[in-house]
Amino acid sequence: MLRVLRQKVGCGASPAMIFGQALQKVLPAGSVLPRKYSSAAKEMNVREALNSALDEEMSADPKVFLMGEEVGEYQGAYKISKGLLEKYGPDRVLDTPITEAGFTGIGVGAAYYGLRPVVEFMTFNFSMQAIDHIINSAAKSNYMSAGQISVPIVFRGPNGAAAGVGAQHSQCFAAWYAHVPGLKVLTPYSAEDARGLLKAAIRDPDPVVFLENELLYGESFPVSAEVLDSSFCLPIGKAKIEREGKHVTITAYSKMVGYALQAAEILSKEGISAEIINLRSIRPLDRATINASVRKTNRLVTVEEGFPQHGVGAEICMSVVEESFEYLDAPVERIAGADVPMPYAANLERMAVPQVDDIVRAAKRACYRSVPMAAAA
Amino acid sequence: MSAFSAVRILFPPVVAARSAGEKPSAPFLPSLAVPGLTRSPLRAPRLGRPLLAVSSDVLSGQKPLGSNSSPSSHAAVSREEALVLYEDMVLGRVFEDMCAQMYYRGKMFGFVHLYNGQEAVSTGFIKLLEATDSVVSTYRDHVHAVSKGVPARAVMAELFGKTTGCCRGQGGSMHMFSSTHNLLGGFAFIGEGIPVATGAAFSSKYRHEVLKQSNPKGLDVTVAFFGDGTCNNGQFFECLNMAQLWKLPIIFVVENNLWAIGMSHLRATSDPEIWKKGPAFGMPGVHVDGMDVLKVREVAMEAIGRARRGEGPTLVECETYRFRGHSLADPDELRKAGKLEILFI
Repeated sequence: MLRVLRQKVGCGASPAMIFGQALQKVLPAGSVLPRKYSSAAKEMNVREALNSALDEEMSADPKVFLMGEEVGEYQGAYKISKGLLEKYGPDRVLDTPITEAGFTGIGVGAAYYGLRPVVEFMTFNFSMQAIDHIINSAAKSNYMSAGQISVPIVFRGPNGAAAGVGAQHSQCFAAWYAHVPGLKVLTPYSAEDARGLLKAAIRDPDPVVFLENELLYGESFPVSAEVLDSSFCLPIGKAKIEREGKHVTITAYSKMVGYALQAAEILSKEGISAEIINLRSIRPLDRATINASVRKTNRLVTVEEGFPQHGVGAEICMSVVEESFEYLDAPVERIAGADVPMPYAANLERMAVPQVDDIVRAAKRACYRSVPMAAAA
Repeated sequence: MSAFSAVRILFPPVVAARSAGEKPSAPFLPSLAVPGLTRSPLRAPRLGRPLLAVSSDVLSGQKPLGSNSSPSSHAAVSREEALVLYEDMVLGRVFEDMCAQMYYRGKMFGFVHLYNGQEAVSTGFIKLLEATDSVVSTYRDHVHAVSKGVPARAVMAELFGKTTGCCRGQGGSMHMFSSTHNLLGGFAFIGEGIPVATGAAFSSKYRHEVLKQSNPKGLDVTVAFFGDGTCNNGQFFECLNMAQLWKLPIIFVVENNLWAIGMSHLRATSDPEIWKKGPAFGMPGVHVDGMDVLKVREVAMEAIGRARRGEGPTLVECETYRFRGHSLADPDELRKAGKLEILFI
């Protein structure tokens, strides 16, 4: 893997060129990206993490190609694919017309015949125009063909709410896609998640729905040298315990992990030690980690941005009821987005998405039961 | 009496025979050289040619009003009508400029897609419509709303997320709705409005034929506005088929501004002459200079008349240009890097 990269770099060029312009904002001009284990803490934002993962996987395997709207000349609608067209050419970085159903189907067909497409949706809201292919052509084919056909395709793009983009641009699709056998659904939070999970997704022989978050693209996270290595990969189906705790388990994914961590800080000042689980993988769900945590803390709060009914939290709750019921000391608390299409007005939008305070209050309810539960609607 | 009364509407076989090199003039307009309707850049294989937007020479043609003896190139407008058109276009322009100002001052947020440059299309069509006719649009819908009669104050309030907005701040820039004015949205997904518009046209025909609610003026008409990028989307073709099959009172208006965010129409489309897609489904396909409100209005009059009389749909391709980026968040680097220039005479 490193050998391939060095060939690309050529003599004299610093390894920083691999990441190209993507890391210019992170590194001061002229500095070299440390390839050896350096003691200096490195930071990388999610956009750079995704860009570098795509770059490395495309470099390692010529069957990997990227297609979607504005991924090429525009450098990506959110600049995730910046520099890739220059590097790999228009045969491997394809600007498509605005035809989600068409180009998704084309991607699936290419995957049937052994290529490894990465299909970008400008947002996952637009994937609804292509959902027939994601579910019926991609997810179900391996089963329907009794294993003869495998579909090593990745569908990626921003998911969930942004800021002031209205009802049709703000939905979270984690629960929708996680419902379907045959799909894997990943939800990275940090730069490490983004790199490791995208690489795993591209290498995976099955269709993977990779749900990013637009508001996280610019957020920076510390990354170790191990994460920066081109062979770095995270296992699919394993959650990460971002913060250990004793009193209550809080599960979250994507942007909500950040909110949960903030809530944990606030709770710790009040003597409640919260264990934060970054799910990373919605399908398959890491039931073992979640249940082990609940058996330790005896209380659970699930947090998600999407609509509450039939959501991810509902599945987690059921998993815990099935496997760890006797360990629960309080009913499971579910924090989700409001059950309403996302309003446009900024004050309404704030009320429609979970905030840190909502998570704090839920954790307290799970711990003290001091605030009476509202009557079920 | 229409200047086109003597003209037979030319249907697909005639149009299909047209070779690639000829000027794509409207098939149902008399096949004269329409002065001013020139030089589509689409004929150039690459984007090397400058795009020219030429102003109308209606008045310079100096044909006497009401003359039917020679096929005049434009139906004349009265002074009052011209003032209505002018005011509507200026309002649209000033409105959008104010949106830009508010956005860059941080008072407006989210996605804002402005219509600067395309006013002639909105005004040319919508000012011919009745209150009972409907308009369906895309996310670039502020000016369609204002032209259709939604008070500018209500549209602006909506953009600020206020309860006095036309959708009480719940819809936002991309989702303008007004049942009073029959503005049926405002859709974020491209192509999404086309089936909705086709359904509105269907209901107009249904009301007339099944529910026997007759309107002496004829069928209520629906106008669907969408862009060049949408014309590669499957829903567009599905609706062209059904609208013609059922002879629905709809006009499909393509606002071809040659760019879909940063994707040039020529890079995305196998055959860039969109008007040709109408005859492929059995309806007239018309090409018009979308920078000229009088030409647009002329084509609109014919198309709306057809629809009202129950003769079915029309596809109108208006070549136009947007002066700003796709949205206010679009750095718009790809267009400026190209060799496009706009000259106004």
